[in-house]
Amino acid sequence: MTTRIFIPLDSFAVANGADELCDELTHLAARRGLDIEIVRNGSRGMAWLEPLVEVETHQGRIGYGPIEPGEMEALLDAGLMNGGAHAKCIGDPEEHPFMKGQTRLTFKRCGVTDPLSLDDYEAHGGLIGLKRAIEMGGAGVVDEVTESGLRGRGGAGFPTGIKWKTVREAAGERKYIVANADEGDSGTFADRMIMEGDPFCLIEGMAIAAVATGATKGYIYLRSEYPVAIRVMREAIRRATAAGVLGVSMMGSAQAFDIEVRVGAGAYVCGEETSLLDSLEGKRGQVRFKPPLPAIKGLFGRPTVINNVISLASTPEILAKGAKFYKDFGMGRSRGTIPLQIAGNVRHGGLFEVAFGLTLGEIVEGIAGGTDTGKPIRAVQVGGPLGAYFPRALFDTPFDYEAFAEKNGLIGHAGIVIFDEDVDMKKQARFAFEFCAIESCGKCTPCRIGAVRGLETMDKVIGGENVSGNLELVEDLCNTMQFGSLCALGGFTPYPVMSAIRHFPEDFEGTPMRVAAE
Amino acid sequence: MAPKAEFDSEDVAAIVEDLKGLEGPLLPILHAVQDRFGHVPDEAVRVIAHRLNLTRAEVYGVVSFYHDYHREPHGAHTLKVCRAEACQAAGGDAIADRIEKALGIKFGETTADGRVTLEAVYCLGLCATAPSAMLDDRLFGRLNAAKADRLTAEAQL
Repeated sequence: MTTRIFIPLDSFAVANGADELCDELTHLAARRGLDIEIVRNGSRGMAWLEPLVEVETHQGRIGYGPIEPGEMEALLDAGLMNGGAHAKCIGDPEEHPFMKGQTRLTFKRCGVTDPLSLDDYEAHGGLIGLKRAIEMGGAGVVDEVTESGLRGRGGAGFPTGIKWKTVREAAGERKYIVANADEGDSGTFADRMIMEGDPFCLIEGMAIAAVATGATKGYIYLRSEYPVAIRVMREAIRRATAAGVLGVSMMGSAQAFDIEVRVGAGAYVCGEETSLLDSLEGKRGQVRFKPPLPAIKGLFGRPTVINNVISLASTPEILAKGAKFYKDFGMGRSRGTIPLQIAGNVRHGGLFEVAFGLTLGEIVEGIAGGTDTGKPIRAVQVGGPLGAYFPRALFDTPFDYEAFAEKNGLIGHAGIVIFDEDVDMKKQARFAFEFCAIESCGKCTPCRIGAVRGLETMDKVIGGENVSGNLELVEDLCNTMQFGSLCALGGFTPYPVMSAIRHFPEDFEGTPMRVAAE
Repeated sequence: MAPKAEFDSEDVAAIVEDLKGLEGPLLPILHAVQDRFGHVPDEAVRVIAHRLNLTRAEVYGVVSFYHDYHREPHGAHTLKVCRAEACQAAGGDAIADRIEKALGIKFGETTADGRVTLEAVYCLGLCATAPSAMLDDRLFGRLNAAKADRLTAEAQL
């Protein structure tokens, strides 16, 4: 009987030797006459265990990780084919404490199935949501998604159902669904993981949005830094089209819907929805004035749903299980689950999907187990490069859109970057300005000029030049950027800067201390 | 990585004709041109502008806006090292310094022998196995001193 062995195609695994392991296993199997099939699955999200090699046995799946290139022979000698004992054996991956603590709705198939097998997708609950959506019709789908309480997972937290309703009611012969897969925030990888590990889920979510709004064309704007996701997503679209899930008659319905992947060109600002649309149109990715809203006049001036990948990928489960099922998870106005991405200097980093409401401390010290270096956590940046740095004193903040806003922070795309006590917060504040200066689209003055002036002023602070006077200047500048910028790039850069200054004042005092060794 | 083709404006014209039917074809065209020739030379900008009925300024504006496109040839290999926060938190700055020293160049530069161009990148989505880098289109995670040295050696091959 053929033994199925799983070696992820996910970038976490590939960047740490998964392709080499596949070559090793193929050669060894041929030499030993082993009857095996290698399945390139997605990642389960336990990044510290990648590459996580799994074997399907009579007792279920048994995992081993992290397996490094060169270790495959020893793993086979230990009895990999039958799930034999080995120092790196973790048993059934689904029984691992990191997995047991999760509520996997959006990521339920990720790491389990063959990402490019549509049969596997259907066997694990795929396409039920889309079929139900087609039966319900567009108005019913909009109601269901609105009722679920789903809010935009890209960071803005705008109710998805209301966005869809606006597009549905907008006049226009041609409408678009655009998936924002320009996941540029450091510390985030949920979009990448779902595109690599369960691409049909995004396709189904986009098709559901098409049913809701009457759109006939979908684009996935995917960043060029994600070569694996680009390849997997394109192949999944090809297969979905060949199977009739997409095409002139989507799932046999009267509606046509096609999807195309468009590759970005390395501009962080294109994660902002209006600059993404300009980029798709073939222009410089500059931010547009709003109104008009993209829902009314979006891509090529036509009504357009533009949603984050995770927002779209959350809808198949909502349609399959119903709004109430989804809504029952979460707290306050943050309903459902959120895929936390725990990164940086972290012991157990990866993706953890859970209902809203865990505290920051429970996440970084409990689930993630603290830092990789073993030193105490000093700061946690939540929400990407435009998110605030949280000190230990705020570790009781629950993970919820409103609770984070109350503490002058944001959850953004749910990226959580852990720093240990060696971090110099002056450097981090300086970097926030530097990043904004590099990535500013240049359209509005507060961001274009403010970022450069902020960088120069932080350099003076670091050099010990009139520290208190220059910090006052930084605060004033941040105020201008926050309220005067056209989009979140200039508008939110003050979050990391001011949170560093407020919560870690000891790093900014007096004479030059640990000046960056550059 | 496949060696880049000699510049040929007929090839550029063929790429434009092949892709101009797309909605918003300019980025796909520029990606295809850069894939073929390794950069987007001024002569390609002229051909693209002419065939898409755009001004050269419009096309130049797009080429210069995006970090991925470059107007001059790069090294035979491009090594992109992540400089964003998650990699910083995991000791990425020291790795980046080490790579600069090993190659004898700064970020944004190409080695004198034309083998390697070193670039900063802001996030490869490998933030839970940081620090990370990308050599051409191959990904590398959990960089430490030894792995960084192997990576720079490989880049110079």
